[in-house]
Amino acid sequence: MDLFVYADVLLYGVVNGMTFFLMAVGFSFVYGISRLPNFAHGALYVVTGFITWSFMNNMGLPFWLSIAISLIIVSLAGMAIYQFVMIRVRGMPISEIIVSFAIALAILEGLRLQGIGGFKGFIGPGYVLPPFVDGVVSTPWVMIDIHRLLIIAVGLLILGFMWLFTRYHRIGLALKAMAQHERAALMLGINSDRMANFALAIGSGLAGIAAVAIMPLGNVNVESGYSVLTHAIAVCVIGGLGSWGGTLLAALTIGLATTVMSAFGGTMWNNVLVFGLIIFILIVRPSGLLGKQKELEERV
Amino acid sequence: MPAEDRRKERLDRGIKARTEGLYAISSWREITYLLAPRAALVLGLLIAPAVVPGLYWQRVLGLAGVYALLAISFDFLAERVGLVCIGGAFMIGVGGYISGVLNYYFHLPLALTIPVGTFGGALICTLLWLPCLPLRGIYFAVVTFMFPFLAGSIILAGGLFRGTEGLSPIAGFPNIWVGVYLIIVLVLFAVFALRRLCGEDIGLVFAGIKDNDQAVLASAINITRVKVYALFIATVIGCFAGTFVAHFSGFVGLSLFAIDFTIMPIAACVMGGPGTIAGPAVGAFMLSPLSELLRGFGQLRVVLYCLVLVGFILYKPEGLLNWATRRYHQFEHWVKL
Repeated sequence: MDLFVYADVLLYGVVNGMTFFLMAVGFSFVYGISRLPNFAHGALYVVTGFITWSFMNNMGLPFWLSIAISLIIVSLAGMAIYQFVMIRVRGMPISEIIVSFAIALAILEGLRLQGIGGFKGFIGPGYVLPPFVDGVVSTPWVMIDIHRLLIIAVGLLILGFMWLFTRYHRIGLALKAMAQHERAALMLGINSDRMANFALAIGSGLAGIAAVAIMPLGNVNVESGYSVLTHAIAVCVIGGLGSWGGTLLAALTIGLATTVMSAFGGTMWNNVLVFGLIIFILIVRPSGLLGKQKELEERV
Repeated sequence: MPAEDRRKERLDRGIKARTEGLYAISSWREITYLLAPRAALVLGLLIAPAVVPGLYWQRVLGLAGVYALLAISFDFLAERVGLVCIGGAFMIGVGGYISGVLNYYFHLPLALTIPVGTFGGALICTLLWLPCLPLRGIYFAVVTFMFPFLAGSIILAGGLFRGTEGLSPIAGFPNIWVGVYLIIVLVLFAVFALRRLCGEDIGLVFAGIKDNDQAVLASAINITRVKVYALFIATVIGCFAGTFVAHFSGFVGLSLFAIDFTIMPIAACVMGGPGTIAGPAVGAFMLSPLSELLRGFGQLRVVLYCLVLVGFILYKPEGLLNWATRRYHQFEHWVKL
């Protein structure tokens, strides 16, 4: 085993970690802020992929324009989910989970519906999104395509943006206040429903960005909705809420661990690793590696 | 009358007030009033296997019984003890695999594999979930949700118990009647036993843990121990359902960890009436034949079924049984403000 392999594994591990981060950032944002476990996250991710594909291939819109329109649509869909459904079950954790999971199932299985109004259903490997930039960088040690490097860039950009947003922007600060103490935030004139609406719109938009960034690595399929959801929860739980550093740390840990696992052990142990890690962390530190919020509410 | 000038008034029926004390047994009318709903449930479930057309629907009833047991176990834990455990598939898997392995590799008879699978599986589930018991709310839910996936991927990755192929054949019941009546009698037993248990002293402690665990802790009661009792009772029910599935279908495989066993009981619980124990069982017996009927529609079935679920949570969160109970005990009319 020479050094090149290690460099390879390290680089691909970081890319893998960044994809985990992108998948999780929206979920973590929404759950950390409004305490709404948005189980429809994975569904929105898949929806973005399919509507972007449809805009490009059925309506012939240019790549960037279709991405922009789909992101707007998905953000509005997130808002609608809160406004019409989640708002009624707020504060009842089990109902929140059931409702958002039911919405996710309805969306994902609905995408597979066939023969209603000539709709053929999104089934099969034919749905592929193009990468942002085509091309491959090859150095003496590793070969990697530009799109994978761009994923790292997008991830870091989002991380920076979210960090600044929750620290310096009015809305970001209001969201943070809600996460810390909702009643006190209400007393200071922060409208919690409007903020939760915002959080869901932003979170869904982030799911959309993750979709257009990650999907070119494979194809667009319905099944990825479920795995994105579990991975997002995994990162969120392991990293802890309300801490971007924790989210990034957890994503990179899982990414590197699974890449190492695939390189030396076997891909089939990946899921065992991820789930085992979640259960272990939840039992030992339920608030996550770096999470500081509301420890008392999480365990007796 | 415009809507804002009136409100709905609900009053108890006279007969409800008369049947609350011991004097209820002094008249047949009051006794009938008390017994009718219970007798309807018991007789309805006991007659059902005999009147449904054909073997296929008897099998559907058997599976509905499995979902009913899971829904009862979920409802008991979530609404009476406050532990939201969405790992129904894990109980099914553990119970099913234990009895399946005993039967397939060691050729033990059903009379042995079912009790061992039920109580051994419950012991395993309780011990594995024991470290998670201090977790609250969504965290306990997420951990228990992960267990079926973990178990499934371990079996897949390690190629245990013949991996994806599964173990087959597993010895079935002597005939379909034994299987169906076994599960229906046990569903009825679980409903009445759990409702009775929740009225006993320990039921009060369960309710206390659900409402305010700190207060129960302050009364010098070891809440982890009480939660372990509740968890063991619930997992006994779930693991029995697992062993039943294994013998009823004659097959043990990764499909025992399928998400259906987690979602369907929750839907049945929400639809039937959370917190009533009997409601979720009724919900399961309504929902699973319904979803059999819709099987021809393919994916549309899942979509419709999710929409029903969302609709119930949003517009009828009390569920069918709570609604029916209210209508049975009270009458309502509009009064002017």
